[in-house]
Amino acid sequence: MTDLKKIASQVRRDIVRMVHGSKNGHPGGALGCADLFVLLYFKIMKHDKNFNPDGIGEDLFFLSNGHISAVFYSTLARAGYFDVKELATHRKLNSRLQGHPTPHEHLPGIRMASGSLGQGLSVAIGAAIAKKLNNDEHLIYCLMGDGEQQEGQIWEAAMFAPHNKIDNLIAFIDYNGQQIDGSTNQVLALLDLGKKYEAFGWLVLTTDGNDMEALEKTIMLAKANKGTGKPTVVIMKTEMGMGVDFMMGTHKWHGNAPNDEQAAKALAQLDETLGDY
Amino acid sequence: MTSRQQKHWHNWTKLWEIIKTVKDCFQTNNGSGYRFTDGALIYFFVFASLILTIESYNPVPISTLIKPPSRVGAIANMKKYTFTDKKDTRSGFGDAMTELGRTNPNVIALCADLTGSLKLEVFQKENPERFIQSGIAEANMIGLAAGLTIGGKIPFATTFANFGTGRVYDQIRQSVAYSGTNVKIACSHAGLTLGEDGATHQILEDLGLMKMLPGMTVINTCDYNQTKAATTALAAYIGPAYLRFGRPVMPVFTSSDQKFEIGKAWMVNEGKDVTIIATGHMVWEAIKAGEILESRGVDAEIINIHTIKPLDVQAILKSVQKTGCVVTAEEHNILGGLGESVAHVLTSQWPAPQEFIGTKDTFGESGTPDELMKKYGLTAENIVEAVEKVMKRKN
Repeated sequence: MTDLKKIASQVRRDIVRMVHGSKNGHPGGALGCADLFVLLYFKIMKHDKNFNPDGIGEDLFFLSNGHISAVFYSTLARAGYFDVKELATHRKLNSRLQGHPTPHEHLPGIRMASGSLGQGLSVAIGAAIAKKLNNDEHLIYCLMGDGEQQEGQIWEAAMFAPHNKIDNLIAFIDYNGQQIDGSTNQVLALLDLGKKYEAFGWLVLTTDGNDMEALEKTIMLAKANKGTGKPTVVIMKTEMGMGVDFMMGTHKWHGNAPNDEQAAKALAQLDETLGDY
Repeated sequence: MTSRQQKHWHNWTKLWEIIKTVKDCFQTNNGSGYRFTDGALIYFFVFASLILTIESYNPVPISTLIKPPSRVGAIANMKKYTFTDKKDTRSGFGDAMTELGRTNPNVIALCADLTGSLKLEVFQKENPERFIQSGIAEANMIGLAAGLTIGGKIPFATTFANFGTGRVYDQIRQSVAYSGTNVKIACSHAGLTLGEDGATHQILEDLGLMKMLPGMTVINTCDYNQTKAATTALAAYIGPAYLRFGRPVMPVFTSSDQKFEIGKAWMVNEGKDVTIIATGHMVWEAIKAGEILESRGVDAEIINIHTIKPLDVQAILKSVQKTGCVVTAEEHNILGGLGESVAHVLTSQWPAPQEFIGTKDTFGESGTPDELMKKYGLTAENIVEAVEKVMKRKN
């Protein structure tokens, strides 16, 4: 197992333990995106664990689908933004680890609140414009959900970015095909999402979001796109619940926490590589 | 001079002013049939001098022993407000943005396809890289503004008040207020005075919507100069804020070199009989109402609350503790607006009769601004009626 995969395994353990600990949360999407988070925070992004909200001279990441906060918190803690012990407070009273991420409680690593869907891409574009105005060469990364693509604001932002040549932005879509009420095909089909973004003027890349090597190569391609005047979207095919067999391939673990028995069963499938919090 | 001598001198000066005012009043009041003859003037002077002389040697001033008459002629002596120019408040915003564009490299203007209406043409021309045209996509505009603050920019997100508040409430709630981003939402065409476009565009709920958001500063300016000053003050202030202004040309009656202090009420006129608290376009109506009231012997204290939040609680309490009653006036629904904020202060700290001038839980409609203000009860005359009503409820 590579170091990155070891970290991802620990992050997945953290996710299961966090949502089990608070008996509440969204494990499915969080597990599916663990590989992206680890790759970004432990290899791709230049960032500073001594958190500076302005983020000048750093790459910045924005999470639009805030409900997968568990993976964000675990990654930030494992990257050194705050003590991993604080993960135990997730979704509990008086915690900085709110159900959905927010700078309101001053948790290092969080620059914008998300949870109400559809807003993160606009924010990321704004931050990308600020980078350009500041002559800051660093990149903006943004993750959205696939169900989230049903929000109208996404398409306002999707229209804006190419028109304004926002090419210092890489957006990811966690394409697991599931949302709370069922599959995206059942609820409100996205049809050919790549073609839609292409028609809006984006460079569209697709990859397997649970294959770190493939994902890294795709991100490198996306990074090379800076300077072309086009924003990039990576449609990242993932498996909701990745790493825990009974959570995969279903929408049922989108917003449900495992009970004691299920948690034990899940943790038995995930190696403790860095030590549990 | 000792303080007693000072008081004495002040009283004599005051007396002379009163006599002159009474004389002018009678001489110009053709309808009354009376003329103030020189003889009467002398009698009046002697009588008043006698009272003043007694009073200056009496430990208990006579004036405190006499219950003030309800109609006391022209004694109110209201501060005079005049104007030489009429301008729209939105031009105050646009002109301030022009200056900010030249002086503060972090100021960014965003607009949703209403650049001319927001008077941002000069800013756009002079700072093309710092002007962001979002198109007709207000939700995205709010998100862009929030994102721009990361990296130290000071974004002003602008459009009509209806589209910049109600339409994008959740975007403001999450990406601006809850995130605590340094976004200024600056909106024109608020209220009925937008006029002919009608109710779809005439938001009368925005102050309420914005003041309910924790951490949000909410400002509603009354004329060109105040809007300009408020815009400049907001650029220097760190935190989420909503600035509301309007479309019509209005008298410019505040000073061009005013220092705008966020959260600090402006004492328009000191008085003792009633407090009129007004915001936005209603401030000029309140001044006109004060003049009418003065002619009827009512000495109105007029306070301009330009900052709906944080509210200048001390100014409100101090005034109402003196006058004992209050009329609030706003171009906004009486539900959720300035009046409710004032009522909240009074009911919890100093209960006093209050009358509310504002729209009465209704939508607007098409018409000229003047017609609409009249139809929906937002004129100086309406304020006067409310004052007379609320004063009857004192004690």
